[in-house]
Amino acid sequence: MRPYRPKDNVQKKSYYTDRFWVAPRIPEEPVEDEIFKADLEKVQESIKIKKAYIQRGQLVIFIDAKDNVQTLKILKEECGYDILSEMSAIDYLAQDGEFEIFYQLLSMSKRKRVRVKCRIKEDAAIESVEPLFRSADWSEREMYDMFGIKVNNHPYLKRILMPEDWVGYPLRKTYPLHGDEAAQWYEVDKIFGKEYREIIGPEQRDAAYISTTDTCNFARIYHEVPRCADPNSEPEQIESFNEDAPLVETFDLKKSKIVDKTR
Amino acid sequence: MQQRNRLEPYFENLVFEREDNTMVVNFGPQHPSAHGQLRLILEMDGEQIKKAVPDIGYLHRGMEKMGENMIYNEFLPTTDRMDYIAATSNNYAFALAVERLLGIEDKVPRRAKVIRMMLLELNRIISHLFWLATHALDVGAMSVFLYCFREREYAMDLMEEYCGARLTHSSVRIGGVPLDLPEGWLEHLNWFLNKLPEQIELYEGLLTENRIWRMRLEEVGVIPPKMAKQWACSGIMLRGSGIEYDIRKEEPYELYEEVDFDIPVSDRCDSYGRYLLYMEEMRQSIRILRQLIPMYKETEPQLMAHAPEYISASKEDIMTQNYSLMQHFVLVTQGMRPPVGEVYVPTESPKGELGFFIRSEGEPYPYRLKIRAPSFWHTGILQDLLPGHYLADVVTIIGSTNIVFGEIDR
Repeated sequence: MRPYRPKDNVQKKSYYTDRFWVAPRIPEEPVEDEIFKADLEKVQESIKIKKAYIQRGQLVIFIDAKDNVQTLKILKEECGYDILSEMSAIDYLAQDGEFEIFYQLLSMSKRKRVRVKCRIKEDAAIESVEPLFRSADWSEREMYDMFGIKVNNHPYLKRILMPEDWVGYPLRKTYPLHGDEAAQWYEVDKIFGKEYREIIGPEQRDAAYISTTDTCNFARIYHEVPRCADPNSEPEQIESFNEDAPLVETFDLKKSKIVDKTR
Repeated sequence: MQQRNRLEPYFENLVFEREDNTMVVNFGPQHPSAHGQLRLILEMDGEQIKKAVPDIGYLHRGMEKMGENMIYNEFLPTTDRMDYIAATSNNYAFALAVERLLGIEDKVPRRAKVIRMMLLELNRIISHLFWLATHALDVGAMSVFLYCFREREYAMDLMEEYCGARLTHSSVRIGGVPLDLPEGWLEHLNWFLNKLPEQIELYEGLLTENRIWRMRLEEVGVIPPKMAKQWACSGIMLRGSGIEYDIRKEEPYELYEEVDFDIPVSDRCDSYGRYLLYMEEMRQSIRILRQLIPMYKETEPQLMAHAPEYISASKEDIMTQNYSLMQHFVLVTQGMRPPVGEVYVPTESPKGELGFFIRSEGEPYPYRLKIRAPSFWHTGILQDLLPGHYLADVVTIIGSTNIVFGEIDR
């Protein structure tokens, strides 16, 4: 019987983990840094902060998803974090049914980086921060493309990397690495139509398909047989190479020419 | 098998005439100066662009997904394929992110750090030479292309001599570098460093005061500082707008604190200013490399960090010590298990801020790996930058953003 594998996370997993092994954690240091402390207090005045700590030199703030625009506005306008260098999401649907969205901010005047994080439910939408940071335009599109997170009030919320008629969201943990069924038949469905899946067949669809039994169309690696030979026939034994036999049978120094070394 | 094809007929550069004298031009994705697979849908009024919509994704390979399904060491060669012009800078950015996640950043031996910096700066020169070559070719200066590729070849030979590869180097490992510099490499590097400055002067002699070059570049693609910040520009795109921020200086990693170099800044904000910065950055890279040669000679020969839980022992230990062999076996077959947590590490790649965000759940596979590639936003800015320019300037602007599609689409 095949072992049961949960379908909510089809990513590759380690085949062996010690039962008693507990993963160490990167320390979450309290906010003692002066600059971070001042910024955190400024945000705290009007925003409810769930958790805040410093990890590997960067301040991490957890907030409610509805406060995201307001928090980034305070950070941008009052604390000087004027660059949104990165934003995206992490898929925690299997564990909590939620996405974790992170905004990575940079203050060039303070040389500090802050990460603002919030969680939203799978079917919830998040407010766009594009009015504050123009760079969120493409980041939010990418997030929508990869996770299917809807963004409210985005100027042009469309898929950015995948084709517009793509089915599914590639970076979700439920999406297999090699693509789901719709992905595997994408070209066939689009060019010929779904009814042609059976006519074309999986071996025609897969450009990397190699048959070991079909000797007419495929060479057999390591076991070469003549073209269209019986695939079950045993390969002929190759005579072992005689190392003593000279490569040039009749060598005459007088007839041969010695090339000058010109270089 | 002849089947009826359902794709509608599609004409690449069909011009849609409208009543109000505007038309739509489809630029790319197979355009020689689109620097890869960029498709631009340009709405034009006569020769002037009214609206530009960049369309990307033609080179999407799902690297972030691949990263989540690979152990950390396995993913490193994949990063070569992002910014394939300067592959080592990607390898390095990933290796540094994992090192900081593991907390072994300080354990990397000094010699490895010096070698990494040499490779990084060499890659910066390679990338900038490539940029100058293709940019000049796009604008119309054919001979510069040939000169630049000649010098780039010498730099590539140095890379080849070090790691055996010319384009996809994989020359950095998590925790150090795999190889010491081969014999005679420093002399060859020195020869190259002596040769390059006069060649840069040659390029500048051809271009800087060239009337056509200046007409094509000056006041073209003006990025005001506010716009650069809004679009999260980095690298030369940011410094070309008069904002002095270089991650090597402001948030130093490796030994950039110990070497002496300047950050060129231009407040011209146009393509010409950025061109001047590229030339100056190459000189600064030469300056850094010159300082690294004596630094290398003072270092101890160790190349990989000593962190037995995460990094395999040296080859000699693996062959002689039983425990090292066992540990190596576990690390190769199962992979290292970093602590639970997340890290965002920015580095200054030749294109700009290249960052890796890694979320680890204590598994050998990263839970989430996000690659912050600078070119992604440098392409996005085109939709604000292009309107108002003429069609002929599009090529100049795409060239001066220095985008590489391997890292935009990932």
